[in-house]
Amino acid sequence: MALPAATESKDVILEVSNLSKYYPVNQGFFTRQKSLLHAVDNVSFQVNRGEVLGLVGESGCGKTTTGRLIVRLATPTSGRILIEDTDVAEIKGQDMMEFRQKVQMIFQDPYESLDPRMTIFDIVAEPLNVNGIGTFEEREAQVEEMLSLVGLAPPSAFLFRFPHELSGGQRQRVAIARALVVRPSFVVADEPTSMLDVSIRTGIMKLMAQLREDLGISYLYITHDLAVARYLCDRIAVMYLGKIVELGNSEDIVKRPLHPYTKALISAVPVPDPAIDRPLPNIKGGVSKPIDPKPRCRFYDRCPESADSCAEAENPELRDIGGGHLVACHLL
Amino acid sequence: MDTLLRLEDLTMHYKTKAGWVQAIDNVSFSLHRGQSLGLVGESGCGKTSVAMSIMRLLPYNAKLVKGRVLFGGHDLYTLSDEEVRQLRWKEVAMIFQAAMNSLNPVYSVGNQIVEAIVTHEPETGEDEARERVKSLFELVGIPKERMDHYPHEYSGGMKQRAVIAMALACNPSLIIADEPTTALDVIVQDKILREIEEIRRTINMSMIYISHDVSVIAEVSDIVGVMYAGRLLELGPADDVFKRPKNPYTYSLMNAYPSILGEKHDLVTIPGEPPNLLDPPTGCRFHPRCDWATKECREVEPAWREITKGHYLACHNPVRTEHGTAHNKTARRAPGKGGDGIGTSGGN
Repeated sequence: MALPAATESKDVILEVSNLSKYYPVNQGFFTRQKSLLHAVDNVSFQVNRGEVLGLVGESGCGKTTTGRLIVRLATPTSGRILIEDTDVAEIKGQDMMEFRQKVQMIFQDPYESLDPRMTIFDIVAEPLNVNGIGTFEEREAQVEEMLSLVGLAPPSAFLFRFPHELSGGQRQRVAIARALVVRPSFVVADEPTSMLDVSIRTGIMKLMAQLREDLGISYLYITHDLAVARYLCDRIAVMYLGKIVELGNSEDIVKRPLHPYTKALISAVPVPDPAIDRPLPNIKGGVSKPIDPKPRCRFYDRCPESADSCAEAENPELRDIGGGHLVACHLL
Repeated sequence: MDTLLRLEDLTMHYKTKAGWVQAIDNVSFSLHRGQSLGLVGESGCGKTSVAMSIMRLLPYNAKLVKGRVLFGGHDLYTLSDEEVRQLRWKEVAMIFQAAMNSLNPVYSVGNQIVEAIVTHEPETGEDEARERVKSLFELVGIPKERMDHYPHEYSGGMKQRAVIAMALACNPSLIIADEPTTALDVIVQDKILREIEEIRRTINMSMIYISHDVSVIAEVSDIVGVMYAGRLLELGPADDVFKRPKNPYTYSLMNAYPSILGEKHDLVTIPGEPPNLLDPPTGCRFHPRCDWATKECREVEPAWREITKGHYLACHNPVRTEHGTAHNKTARRAPGKGGDGIGTSGGN
């Protein structure tokens, strides 16, 4: 079912280069002077075919905006997004239909992302209807196949039910089935497990890992939870106020974090063992908003390790410090 | 130690159009002065209902079927409304879920706390109350100049701190915290958890901390209670419950979630969904989802018994081996504690 890829030369499925998204904010009621909120600021990364990249950060760091830019639910201020060598910004008309099949998104809240007046069958079949894929019988078969794939078995028990009759976990499974029924090659998953209960969450996480094996989908997995990212993702990118500050293999990031922000983030995660006394995360203040930020390092004001030179220097670029571990910090 | 709070076979049902929802079923525990109890469970398991029963803040459709709530020797459900009102906030205060929205947007934060103090302690003058709010702000880490600011000028973490200050305003002997950090980012959550712990130890206050997050519970509790479908399944000293969970549900809950410590391990999935409490399963309420369930579990309700000192359990077929994640254990026992990558030392 998967669309033939434009080129098989590289195994990079998504390439984001120098992506920025600024939102104008008016400072006052009567002032005309506009400030800009740098939601995503000069971000570059790649996702390889079959890979899961985790985008981790606190609320307001721009991770969801990045996801929305990639599926073109928002237009970038500048920068380029290439998916399978197609420039996302250039897509027009009929090609958009094709793009929407290739790239899908799974949303955070399964209580809001499903139309309450549609049956499960209608919800999952809609992407097929819209794209005119298959005859009615074929669609029916595909919907049933997809439902059993996401663990809603037997499908006949779910086809003609409504979202309100399902539990949160089941709804999220429906949302996943809807995203995957057109067999996308790339999926942006925006915190698909954060609204779910622990016992249900594990099931969905295992399902996402399984579907990746079975269907060869690449994911951009957006989450605020480092432990979840570690479990599901091959690589993790840590975002802070619109910038990626560290990117590397999941185990490297979790076990050998290099950026002061990543270190603080990791030491703040509570541990399910009363015997462990975590070290105090060494971080000052709270997250601010990146409105007209100074050109220096975004983390400077809160950084426990900052040197005087950091105050003067330009914002550090992501540098490879070996083994594909990228860090944006002057001190390394 | 003297017992501050005691629940005896508390059973509470909600009346709905579809019938009686059996929200709390035979919950018993006692809490000593200065002790903190962590109540953990999934949504709808009755943790918040237990808190509301202790505050006697139940909605009109709730019915206390049986049991007693003894607070400092008084049976709360035999007191008059006025007597309970006297007790509330002065003796038992609560930090509500979604505290971010529990401040009134049109009053300054300081005035709201002053109002709480003056209402519950009429003998306190307004000036005295303002002084107290200043010291409370210091205690929870808000600059006292921020007292006359409005909630919208506060960040999420500061609002949470303000709500904690409000709960502490009348020096209660018990605070019930219902998921106070759920909506916050990890770094802020961590700070608030540490502050709550410190304050609690300084003023020797008891606390009931409600959360769905096992890790958070591990950080703040002396004793841990695990709830499922309206029943307590296990309760005991935190170390004991976390090291040697006896109820299969406790065991699964603790291994259902990935950790950033130690090696990556396989997660335990709990099949199925929590039951509908309109018609809960017979016997043990967890049996339909339990791998260890036997015929007895399906038919007979397990008794609530003490298995070792202070460790209570309701289960016919407890987990016998030591808590399975052996690889995690080795990491946890690693010398220096920073050795498994949580330290701020970076490369090791």
